[in-house]
Order: sequence, then structure tokens, then C-alpha cells
Amino acid sequence: MRPNMLQRFDGFLRNQIPFVLTLLLLLLAMVPSHAAGLTRIGPMLALIAVYYWAIYRPDLIGYGAVFIIGVVQDLLTGTPPGVAALALLLTHAVVISQYRFFNARSFAVTWWAFTLVAAGAMVVKWLAVSLVYGTLVDASAAFYSYLMTVAIYPVVGWLLARVQIAFLRDV
Amino acid sequence: MKQPPPSPSRLGALRSLVGRFAFLALVGSAFALMLLGKADTALVERLRGVVSDAVVPVLEVVSRPAASVAQVIDNVREMAAIREQNALLREENERLLRWQAAARLLEAENDALKDLLNYVPDPRASFVTARVVADTGGAFAHSVLVTAGQRELVEKGQAVVSGQGLVGRVAEAGMRSARVLLVTDINSRIPVVVGAGRLRGILAGDNTDRPRLLYLRTPGAVSPGDRVMTSGAAGAFPPGLPVGVVTSVEETEVRVEPFLKRERLEFVRVVDYGLTGILRDVTATDGQSGRNR
Repeated sequence: MRPNMLQRFDGFLRNQIPFVLTLLLLLLAMVPSHAAGLTRIGPMLALIAVYYWAIYRPDLIGYGAVFIIGVVQDLLTGTPPGVAALALLLTHAVVISQYRFFNARSFAVTWWAFTLVAAGAMVVKWLAVSLVYGTLVDASAAFYSYLMTVAIYPVVGWLLARVQIAFLRDV
Repeated sequence: MKQPPPSPSRLGALRSLVGRFAFLALVGSAFALMLLGKADTALVERLRGVVSDAVVPVLEVVSRPAASVAQVIDNVREMAAIREQNALLREENERLLRWQAAARLLEAENDALKDLLNYVPDPRASFVTARVVADTGGAFAHSVLVTAGQRELVEKGQAVVSGQGLVGRVAEAGMRSARVLLVTDINSRIPVVVGAGRLRGILAGDNTDRPRLLYLRTPGAVSPGDRVMTSGAAGAFPPGLPVGVVTSVEETEVRVEPFLKRERLEFVRVVDYGLTGILRDVTATDGQSGRNR
């Protein structure tokens, strides 16, 4: 039976969830927390989301979407445009290329893999920023931000899994 | 002419080929964007303005509960220390009253001396108060988004201050939002004067919490505790805005602790000292809403 108009529209909307959710997480990461010391080293929620969807629903979020998310992040945060886009693209590509490894792995393994992938993304970003500015920029804040991102991964990953079960089981 | 449908394996191969091509093209685009950001800054600024205009309404909604929660936590924390704080504040109030008297005296004397010298007064400043809705920080850039833009006559280059002192300057202004480059950002350069000797220098951010003082003629004359203020050199900033305090003086570098407390930023003032040119007076009309003269 062919799906009718409404069902197709519903499916289309559901397919946009990963992209929209990643953008929302990107904005959420920017909300001032008013907590001393936290503002500089906030976690990179968008990176977590890109990693998560690349493992579980790579069909719903492609290179183009990842690129757009990265460019939006660059334009909003004031980093040189293209830097975050590059880091997120490489993250996505690494996960996609290792889909055999990630296939049906336990949560602990994906978390452990995330510590490596996120470190790679951070180094790429740091190198790209340094390249654009022509000087090695200070990386200590980036390191703490990385630790925060790894620490918060289980929470965000759990939330994304809830969303996936609720909305994306059938599409 | 009908073609036979491609077999699944060929389709998969084709798909992976397209994917690989898209990946390479987009990585190339990312590098092209980096170059573009260096070559055509005006275009990138316009793009930043468009994107921040688009997301500021969302951020405004999301940031309110966050601010409320922070306020509640702050309140509880302050309750605990209310007695000591009260005593401290009384003491400080007394001290400040004495300072106020001294300042009044000096102000009167200053006015009288200015009269004698036929001093040309500084232009009167007007300002727009805006809410900070996003600390777009991260590790590689220090900036915040505020809810005032060209609609409120905010323009690139204007100084941004809070109760504590200089926050930074407007990096780009969209229609209803603007990005403020904090004094600690790696792209921030501010002409300043240091201490009672009014030594001139440039305060240069480097993405750490403590920006450096550059181009001091006699770095040895600076000591920890000296106040740093904007100098107004080159017309970039109005003179005399408090920026911070010198914290460390070493042979190769002098570091400054800014008064700016990033996590405390909730409202900032975008100040228009009329330093951006004479054309502004034509477009700036009085009675604009949200604008205080």
C-alpha cells in the first residue's frame, strides 16, 4: 500500500528531527549558564549529536546537513568560518567509515570511541583556528571543554536515544 | 528507452561514490570558507548578522529560564552570607561616601579649570541597553550575542560596557541582534592607558582570561595593581572607560585581569559616543524607541 499524502508528510517531518535537534543543541550550548568558570569550557553538544546520528541514523543526516550545522556554528560563535564545519565533517566521515566497528556496540564502547573521535575533532579545530590566525592559539580552554563534552556524553546520548525510540523507530 | 533498474550492489557503490565526492567537495568548501573569511570580511560579517538575527528569537526564549534558575541559585547562595555581607557593605558604603565627597570636590574643580581653559567637551554619549542571550564562547572565540541591532542603531565598532567596565566592542550588527567581541578574544585590540603615569599601550586578547598589554614604551614602569583604562587613541573607544587591573608583570609580558565577569553578563549597554563618523547624525533621529538620550 502506498502511503498517502499525510503519512508522507509525517515521514518527511520525522526525517528532519536529527538535523533540527542538532541545531537546537547547538543553540542550547550557547545559552548563558551564569555559572562561574563554566562559560568558557561549555560542552560541545552539537559534536555529540553529530557523532550520535552518524552511528545510529546516518541515512537521516548527511554530509550536507553536517556542513550546514558547522557553518552555522562558526557564524554564531565568531570562530573563523569553516573551522567547525571541517571538524564536524571529519567526525561524521570517521564514524561512517567505521560503521562495521560501531554496528550494534554497547554504550560503553561508543562512549569510549567518542573520547577518541572528540579528541580528534578538537585537535582539528585547534589546528584550523591556528592556521587561520597564523599563530598557535591557547588550547587549555579547549582541553577542558573536551573533558566536559566527554563527561556529558552519556546524558545527551541517552536523551537522543529517547527521541530516536519515540519518533524514529518506523522511519 | 528504458534502462534496467540498477542492482542493489551497484546502487550501493554509486551511493558511496557520491557520498565520498560530497565529502571531499564539502571539506574543500570548508577550506574555501576559511580563505573567504580572511579575504572578504564584509561578506562574512553580513552572513553572521543574518544567522544571528535568525536564532536570537529562539535564544531569547531559551535563555530566560536559564537566567531565572541562575538567579534563584544566586539568591540562595547570598542568603547564607547575608549577615557578613551586610557588615561588609556598610563599611564599603562609608568608604564610598568619603570617595564621593572627594569626587564631587574634584569634579567641581575640574569643571572650573576646564572653563578657564576653554576646554572642548566630549560629545555626549547615548546608549542602548540590550540583553545577553548567548555566550557563544567556546574555547576558540570569546563573544556574546545581544538583543539589539541596527534597528536600535547599534553599529559595528561601538563600545559595550556593563556595570563593571568595558565588555568589548560590537563585532557585527544584524537587524535585531549584534555580536559583541569580548576584550579577551584573540581578535580584540584596545588602545589603553595604564596607571597614574598614563602609559599608553594596546590591550590584546589571546583567548585566555587575562589579556596582554603590548607596545608599552617602558614596561618596567607598570606594576601589579595599576588600573587600565581606554585611552581613546585613534577614536576607537571613548577615553576613560575602566577595563581592568594589571595582575602580573614579567619580563616579556604584562597581563591584565579585566573587570569583565563573563558569567555575570546579563544586560550590557552599547554606547554610541558619536565616534563612528559625521554621517550618523543624519540617520539618527531622536525619539527612537528603546534609545536613551
